[in-house]
Amino acid sequence: MPAASPSPIAARPSPVDEPIEKGNSLWHDAWLRLRKNKLAVFGMGTLAIVAVACLFGPLISPYGYEEQELNNTFASPSWQHWLGTDQLGRDLLVRLLDGGQVSLGVGLCATFVALTIGVAYGAVSGFFGGKLDAVMMRTVDIMYSLPFTIFVILLMVFFGRNIVLLFVAIGAVEWLTMARIVRSQVMAVKKMEFIEAARSLGFGHRRIIFRHILPNILGPIIVYTTLTIPAVMLLEAFLSFLGLGVQPPMSSWGVLIKDGAEKMEEYPWLLQFPAAIFSLTLLSLNFLGDGLRDALDVRSSKD
Amino acid sequence: MSAPLLQLTDLKTHFPLTRGFIFKRAAGTVKAVDGVSLSVARGEVLGLVGESGCGKSTLARTIMQLVPTTAGTVVLEGKNLTTGSGAEVRDVRRDLQMVFQDPYASLNPRMTVFDMLAEPLRVHTVCAAADVPARVAELMRLVGLAPRFMQKYPHEFSGGQRQRIAIARALALEPKIIIADEPVSALDVSIQAQILNLLAQLCRKMNLALIFIAHDLSVVKHISDRIAVMYLGKIVELGPALDVIERPSHPYTRALISAIPTANPDTERTRQRIVLPGDPPSPINPPAGCAFHPRCPHAQEKCKAAAPPLIRAEPAREVACVRLGEI
Repeated sequence: MPAASPSPIAARPSPVDEPIEKGNSLWHDAWLRLRKNKLAVFGMGTLAIVAVACLFGPLISPYGYEEQELNNTFASPSWQHWLGTDQLGRDLLVRLLDGGQVSLGVGLCATFVALTIGVAYGAVSGFFGGKLDAVMMRTVDIMYSLPFTIFVILLMVFFGRNIVLLFVAIGAVEWLTMARIVRSQVMAVKKMEFIEAARSLGFGHRRIIFRHILPNILGPIIVYTTLTIPAVMLLEAFLSFLGLGVQPPMSSWGVLIKDGAEKMEEYPWLLQFPAAIFSLTLLSLNFLGDGLRDALDVRSSKD
Repeated sequence: MSAPLLQLTDLKTHFPLTRGFIFKRAAGTVKAVDGVSLSVARGEVLGLVGESGCGKSTLARTIMQLVPTTAGTVVLEGKNLTTGSGAEVRDVRRDLQMVFQDPYASLNPRMTVFDMLAEPLRVHTVCAAADVPARVAELMRLVGLAPRFMQKYPHEFSGGQRQRIAIARALALEPKIIIADEPVSALDVSIQAQILNLLAQLCRKMNLALIFIAHDLSVVKHISDRIAVMYLGKIVELGPALDVIERPSHPYTRALISAIPTANPDTERTRQRIVLPGDPPSPINPPAGCAFHPRCPHAQEKCKAAAPPLIRAEPAREVACVRLGEI
């Protein structure tokens, strides 16, 4: 048996003298694949234009979203009012862009709420497993079975109509699916050898979940997130359509579509423009989500 | 003889089998590791062989405390890993590291080599934060990788290079013993020898003990000081590597050795293979008595009576067979 010698790791001095080569991460490869997908690029471009227009359009427009011209109601599209005016003589374009802020805002915020709760809940449930997992997932099942509309109406009745509550209500429903997806992904990844390797290196649970498991399931999370945003926007439109959502004089795409639908026969543009921009946005989000799924799919990554 | 570095005493790992979805009922147990006692000295290379499903990998994971122990103890330098608290075990793990079988699954695909090697150094504060990059470069050189690749990702390396990264990661905490679970079986034959030589050379240089697991005696015999042969969760023969290869005592070891092809065509032509009938028995319902008796060419009535204990046949040899000396 050889005699104990000092560790050669400690003995050798080593500056890195050669230039370090840059590696290509899997994210980089996914981005290259995404850029080749025409529909996804179209979706990203459209979303960027819609978002910029909604953010800055109302600022440069000469009209305000609640400014009424009572002698100029139901005007058809013209150079003065590009998309015409509504029953109170308000400029439809400004209301559309302003409503877009609300719709997109609800979409992003509620999705963010759903994402945060869903990922944390699903990761804990999937990682620790056993009885804890069973209890947590049965809770999710029970919440799934609550009728959503009644749940929202109850919230509105008890707490009054309030846009923050709208985020909470939608987020409280959407995180359930996210939690299930994250849980199943965590369960698949935690059995892989590199997780065992991390455990044998003596890393704690939190480090293993956040540094080793979550980066490897970000793909499905990102894809599901891009598909949740349109679902949430539809829910908001649906609630506004029922009169449970945003209240006048504020607008959202759902509110505008509802108002337009009432006057659909005489003044079709009041329905057509909001419906068109809403559909275009949802379609773009879905294209982007599909593109991301293809780009991030592990089966198509090289190995 | 000084106290061994690692001592396993009657180690058992059983997995319960349950039936039913909500009301789980016990339906039996898989005795993956069933009473293994072993000791490994400082700087010693122990080869562990056995066919697929005999519990080699479970034994490795039990020693690493990756699966819960059913009974018995794992003692590393006087510290018992099976009874320690989470934090204590995590501390002792610095001295005990593992290299996994599949280098395509054992490296986190989202981390660069640098991140992978720096993480254990930082978590256990092995060295000052400023010295981490230099240490990572040293580790890479130690396993024969150029440090200029440190910002690359696992998918940009070949299988052999990945296994070198895995070895470097195991070395990061300067362990006293490494368990290598079939570290070459997923690699090309041409690469296998390189990785074997690297492991052997590192052990000599760093006075590192190694438990080398393989299903192939020819892989093990070159680098091991001692060889342990496992069958159905138990060790059936243990002894100095050359001695076991040249004078196998247990009928199972003899069958394994007769299966190694020789390089000389003349001797290869006359090589007598002992072909074992049947399949390895199920660890859920092992045969009574000696687990090997249904396949053993020398089995007698007394083999079915009781499981033979591992007895010291010679000063350095241990064998579990009741007909030892008769056959």
